[in-house]
Amino acid sequence: MTGTEVRVDSAHIARRTVTPEERERGRRRASRRNLRSALLFLSPWIVGFVVFTAWPMIYSAYLSLTDYDVINIPEFVGLANYAEMLNDPKLLLALQNTVFFTAVQVPLYIIVSLVLALLLDRAGRSSSFFRTVFFLPKMTPPVAVGVLFLLLFNGQNGLLNTVLGWFGIDGPAWTTDPAWVKPGLILMSLWTIGASVIILLAALRNVPEMLYESAKLDGAGFWRTSMSVTLPMISPALFFIIIVNTIAGLQTFDEAYTAFFGAGNTTYSNDAALFYVIYLFQQAFEFLHMGYASAMAWGLFLVIMVITAVQLIVSRRFVYYEGDR
Amino acid sequence: MYRRQARATGVAGAVIIALAFSGCAVGTGGAAGSDEADYDSEAELGGELSVMGFSGVDEVATSRVEYAEAELGDVDVKLIEGDLDIQQFLSAVASGEPPELLYADRDQIGSLAARGAIIPLERCIDGEGIDMSEFRESAVGQVTLDGEVYGIPEFNQVQVTMANADLLAAAGLSIDAVNGSDRNAMTQANLALMKSDGGSLSVIGVDPKMPEFLPLWVAGADGSLLSDDGRTAMLDSQEAVDALTWAVDLYDAQGGFSAVKAFRDSADFFGEGNQFATNALGAMPMEQWYINVLNEVSPDAPLAFDTVRTTAGEPIAFAGGSAWAIPSGTENAAAACRWAKAMTSLDAWQLAAEARLATREGEGKPFTGILTGNSVADEQIREMITSGGEPWDAGVEAMYEANDHTVSWPASPADAEFEQAMQDAVNSVLNGEASPEEALADAQETAQQALDEGWEKLESREQ
Repeated sequence: MTGTEVRVDSAHIARRTVTPEERERGRRRASRRNLRSALLFLSPWIVGFVVFTAWPMIYSAYLSLTDYDVINIPEFVGLANYAEMLNDPKLLLALQNTVFFTAVQVPLYIIVSLVLALLLDRAGRSSSFFRTVFFLPKMTPPVAVGVLFLLLFNGQNGLLNTVLGWFGIDGPAWTTDPAWVKPGLILMSLWTIGASVIILLAALRNVPEMLYESAKLDGAGFWRTSMSVTLPMISPALFFIIIVNTIAGLQTFDEAYTAFFGAGNTTYSNDAALFYVIYLFQQAFEFLHMGYASAMAWGLFLVIMVITAVQLIVSRRFVYYEGDR
Repeated sequence: MYRRQARATGVAGAVIIALAFSGCAVGTGGAAGSDEADYDSEAELGGELSVMGFSGVDEVATSRVEYAEAELGDVDVKLIEGDLDIQQFLSAVASGEPPELLYADRDQIGSLAARGAIIPLERCIDGEGIDMSEFRESAVGQVTLDGEVYGIPEFNQVQVTMANADLLAAAGLSIDAVNGSDRNAMTQANLALMKSDGGSLSVIGVDPKMPEFLPLWVAGADGSLLSDDGRTAMLDSQEAVDALTWAVDLYDAQGGFSAVKAFRDSADFFGEGNQFATNALGAMPMEQWYINVLNEVSPDAPLAFDTVRTTAGEPIAFAGGSAWAIPSGTENAAAACRWAKAMTSLDAWQLAAEARLATREGEGKPFTGILTGNSVADEQIREMITSGGEPWDAGVEAMYEANDHTVSWPASPADAEFEQAMQDAVNSVLNGEASPEEALADAQETAQQALDEGWEKLESREQ
């Protein structure tokens, strides 16, 4: 083969037009390559998700249709567990407690964390110190928080009632009076407010200064500026915290279980603190009704899905994302 | 073509899921409770023995562990640290890898036995020659389900009356007024002993220790909350209603359970600031181990002791405690059985008592005894106790007297549900949400349903 011939061939190749089929094949090959690479990089997460989340969920859905005590082979009972749930007064009580807790705790959590974040935003150089101070309690294990609750909120000599006493207020029996158990737990949940404060603080710091300047030029006061500039600009962060805290509220377990149902309180319990997941846990691991507990878990999943879906729909109206028209 | 692929993928997925379910649905499947081991007290044993739930680290535990290890010879013993975690145990059984031996509360035995998680021990008892006649009837009753023994009782727990002698004297009362023998007198004593400053309780008169001691008070009136065969709930019996009504009245007279509980929780229960040392409690029934705690942390506290007494004036206690059980599917049941025998033998208890005695003498404190599920061992140990002077000697005396007058519930397949129903009922009354009659009637229904279901399942498995 001569050099000239090679040049002729190259020229021929250069002039040759690529057919649409070939282009499509090339695109598919590239796409497959990309997919393979993506899957390869994602594989640790995918394996983890399938093994530790997806599969247990699928399996619990199956178990929810069975009578299963963990020891013996599950016995298929169809929808009997779900039917039983509808006639279980304790489950209804647990659901009511949980919804009440969430409905009160989430707004309170948002308001308090927003107030703290606004204060921190104006704290200047000391804000980093207070940021750390607010976040530290978040590091406390929930079980310890449950024990702390019993100490701090004791009606007889708890720190909270001692402080209230300084102002002439006779504090209630937070840990033993059914009417005050849930409010006590709601207040105690503010212990872990640090994470939300930091998220909101970051959102506040991201609001462009020129918007405030424009508002000032327009003669807007603090309230008007807050409602028309600050809140819309931090609404995605607020929405995130609302969603996350709603889900966490509906799944609340640790502190209440430790305080009222755990090792420190094996006999005395207060139905005011019987949250959904606590009852689920009792059914699963104390009474060994794993099938029924699985049905309960799916019931809660459904409730959370519905509430989250409603929140998402409502959010379209109130949440502003940069780039939105 | 794509549709065909999707169909194939769907079918394959369904097959995989079905296979996975059948693989995951681990259960003993009727083999629960079967026991193929050879039990022979003369046999040389080997292999491994993992023990779950036993985390004793004091001299009473370690002395017996050493003895049991020697009895087992070449067996490699592994004590899984920590108290029994029922989730961990059930997961181990469900996965087909149970521990060889389980150390559990006796009130957990019925539920585990009914589900086939542990095996009946008749063959173990016969083969190893365990003399069950030495064990207390109430303790054996708690580990006997449907006529079969599922556990070897170990420690025993009983309640005694503990009171503040100074407060009693100041009120012109004796211990008889607060030991349960005369409930009207106890109601009056409660009023005489209690104190409140400006509506805030400063001295609890009498604490009947609800909800946990309802079975004790019911037994004190010659009643029971569960039938002898473990099949019939009697939560709404007159004795139960009366006992609960009386106990709640004691709390109500002191501002309600909420106030008493808050005050009770504020005490330094295990320390020098305990309720007796600080004159903050008139009287209460309490498990015998608290005598030791009080002697340890407040030896000069003005205490008075007696047994809890029936309304006829007889000593009574509601027994509780621990037991050794062998899980289904264990690979070394013979070694597990030998261990259970060794740990509860007279020799082991003798060693434990000697070790405890030496420790207490070293601390310059009295040896107040150890209560076991073995009545012969109890007598043996009782001879070794040393005097701590009064009131401690009276406390030890009351403890042993109570131990000779114990009652208990039989095991049932719905132990946990039954107890929960009882506690829920008492708590709802204590929290002011229901009357004793209403609460106990509801609990009766819940408990009976749980018992019926439990027995029905147990019997269907046996067929």
